[in-house]
Amino acid sequence: MAAIRVDRLRVVRGGGLVIPELSCEVASGSVTGLLGPSGSGKSTLIRSIVGVQRVAGGRIDVLGAPAGSRSLRARIGYMTQAASVYTDLTLRENLRFFARVLGAPASAVHQAIDDVDMSDQADRVVSRMSGGQRARVSLAAALLGSPELLVLDEPTVGLDPVLRRDLWELFHRLASGGATLLVSSHVMDEADRCSSLLLLRDGRLIAQDTPAAIRARTGAEQMDEAFLRLVES
Amino acid sequence: MRTLAVAERVLAQLRRDPRTLVLIVGVPMLLETLLKELFAGRPEIFQHVGAPLLGMFPFVTMFLVTSVTMLRERTSGTLERLMASPLAKIDLLAGYGLAFAALAAVQAGAVSALAFGALGLDVSGPKVVVTALAIANAVLGTALGLLASAFAETEFQAVQFMPALVLPQILLCGLFVARGSMADWLRWISDAMPLTYAYDALAHTAANTLDSRFAADVAVLGGCILLSLALGAATLRRRTA
Repeated sequence: MAAIRVDRLRVVRGGGLVIPELSCEVASGSVTGLLGPSGSGKSTLIRSIVGVQRVAGGRIDVLGAPAGSRSLRARIGYMTQAASVYTDLTLRENLRFFARVLGAPASAVHQAIDDVDMSDQADRVVSRMSGGQRARVSLAAALLGSPELLVLDEPTVGLDPVLRRDLWELFHRLASGGATLLVSSHVMDEADRCSSLLLLRDGRLIAQDTPAAIRARTGAEQMDEAFLRLVES
Repeated sequence: MRTLAVAERVLAQLRRDPRTLVLIVGVPMLLETLLKELFAGRPEIFQHVGAPLLGMFPFVTMFLVTSVTMLRERTSGTLERLMASPLAKIDLLAGYGLAFAALAAVQAGAVSALAFGALGLDVSGPKVVVTALAIANAVLGTALGLLASAFAETEFQAVQFMPALVLPQILLCGLFVARGSMADWLRWISDAMPLTYAYDALAHTAANTLDSRFAADVAVLGGCILLSLALGAATLRRRTA
C-alpha cells in the first residue's frame, strides 16, 4: 500500500518550472530516500507532499487524503531544511510549545529528546548550539506525537558519522513501529540506509527502486556512479 | 488552549531578551520624564500631551516588536512548520495579540505609575481608562505589525515600516496640530488613520468628556484592531510559492 501517491505533479516557483511532471509512490512502512543533487527539486517535492507548496497541477494523496488536508496536519511530522525552531528558546521549551500545538501529551517531549539523544542538552538555548545540534532539535520537533508519516528534509546534514548511523537506526525503528519515512539527502552514500529510493534530477524522477535493484540495473558499485549512469543513459 | 501556547511561547522568547524588555518599559518612562522637564516652564503643555503620549507609546513599541518577531517567524521556517501543523491561523494571531497586550499592560502600568505619580500628570477623567486605551493601542500596534511583516523581506525593511506607517499617524492624529486647522486633504488622511481615534479617545479621557464621541472612537479603534487582524490572517498562507 502506498502512503504517498504523487500523480503528474507540476510545480512552478519564481517563474521557473521546478517540477515539470513527476509521479512516484512511497510505500507504507518504508524508509524511502529522496536523493538528488542540491537544486534537483527535493525540497519542492517535500513541500508539496506536506501541503505547504502551491502547485500548478497534478494530484498528491497522502495517507488516503489529498495533500494539505486539514485531517493530515496532526498525522505528518515535517522537518524543514532549515532548522525551523526558535533559537531564543531552549530545546525543551521548543518541544513543549510544538507538543501543545499538536495536542501531544507532555511525555512526548521527553521521548523526542531521548530519540535524538540530547537529554544532556535539554535546557540549553538553541542559539548556543552547533548547526548539527539545531538540526536534531528540529528533528525532535518533527518526531513529537508519533506521526504516521515523517517527512524529513536533509535531517543528517552536517552530522558526525556516529550520530548519522544512530539516526538511521532510529528511522528504521520508527518504520518497524508502523511509521512511513521519506528522508531527503544530497549525499549519495546514504542510499544504502534506505529500503527504497527516489532519485531526482532537474525536477524529474530518474529512478524509483530499491538500492540493490538500482545497482544491479546500472552495474555500478557506488550510488554516485549509478546516478551518473542513469543520467547519461 | 493553542492560543495560550502561542502567547506563552512569545512571552518566553521575550524573557530571554531582558535588554529589550528594559528598553520597552524604560524608554517611554525616560521620554515622559524628558517631556515634563522640557516644558518645566509651561506645565500646561505637559498636562495637555502627557496622557495622549502615554497612551500611544505602546502602539509604537508593539508595532516594532511584533513586525520583527513575526518576520523572524516567516524567515526562520517556524511559520512553515506551524502552517503544516493543526494550529489555526486565529490561534497564532490571537496568541501574539495576547502576549503583546500583556507586555503592554506592564509597560503602560509602569509609565502610568510614573506619570501620574512622580511627574504629577493629571487627567480629569479616570486614569484607568488612559491605561486601558494604552493597552488597546498596543493590540492595534501588534495587529498592524503582523500585517506589515507580510510586506517586509528583511528586518531592515520591517523596521523602516515604523516611520512609514506610524509617524504619519502620530503627526496627523491631532496632537501637534488640531485637526480643525489642517488642510482638508490632510484631515481626510487623518480620518482614515486608526491612531486619530486613539488620540481623540485619550484627549476625551483627559478632559473627562466620556460622551458618545468617545464611545464612537473606541468602537472605531476596536474595528481597526479586528480589521487588521483579519487582513493579517489573510497574509498567512498555508501554501506558499
